[in-house]
Amino acid sequence: MRLTSSFIAGTLFAIGLAIAGMTEPDNIIGFLDFFGDWKAELMFVMGGAVATLAVVKRLTASQRHPVFDVKFRIPTRRDVNPALLGGAAMFGIGWGLGGLCPGPAIASLATFEPDVLIFIAAMALGMTAHTKLERHLEKGN
Amino acid sequence: MNYLLALLGGVVIGLGAATLHVLIGRVAGISGIAGRVLSSDPSERDWRSVFLIGLVFGGALMLFIAPGQFSTATSSPSTLRLILAGLLVGFGTRLSCGCTSGHGVCGISRFSPRSLIATLTFISAGAITVALAS
Repeated sequence: MRLTSSFIAGTLFAIGLAIAGMTEPDNIIGFLDFFGDWKAELMFVMGGAVATLAVVKRLTASQRHPVFDVKFRIPTRRDVNPALLGGAAMFGIGWGLGGLCPGPAIASLATFEPDVLIFIAAMALGMTAHTKLERHLEKGN
Repeated sequence: MNYLLALLGGVVIGLGAATLHVLIGRVAGISGIAGRVLSSDPSERDWRSVFLIGLVFGGALMLFIAPGQFSTATSSPSTLRLILAGLLVGFGTRLSCGCTSGHGVCGISRFSPRSLIATLTFISAGAITVALAS
């Protein structure tokens, strides 16, 4: 049931992204184009997602553990550090350059569009580079 | 593209994240799931792999139902630009522990100041990039 749940969650997530048009880079670039022809839709996408998740969490707040697991694994970090700011800035620049972020890119994999495939390959390389660097630094300490 | 579809899509994204939270207690942060699918804790690999398969499957389903929702940028970014974009997105999201889903949706829904600051940062950086590079 744990894996079925995860599969359903991923499927729903992709359906939502496609309905919302997040799988069209023009909509992302349009949202980021505050100084040009601004498209406000992404705010509604984020607003709808945040509100829905917050409401469901509120309704299930008395749950001591997830239905199919023994405990919740929710990030608890609160620190704002250079890695957070620098990483978010790098991500933002990449997001603006390509109009794609990880979710919509992976949800668009079935199109086999060269743009999507190139982006995903480069993204995987960037993620791997981070993992390798992190391990290298850990060993150094 | 209109506001109603955007809102409806957002609600379905929220339901996907809520499913993961309520049923297995995990955060639907796509960059974290994708970035750690192979690299870390083997006991966490299974749900991450299956989530990604669901993400591809859901996309394929929607491509069949509504192909118009999938298109490439009309600005046709060059291969070099796409590679640079992918590298920055991959490295940056792992460095800051989250992307639009992990920080922008899940983090903000629990009022995490860290996620709010990350979200404002990546939207600002994206806006500056689009203003300068388009």
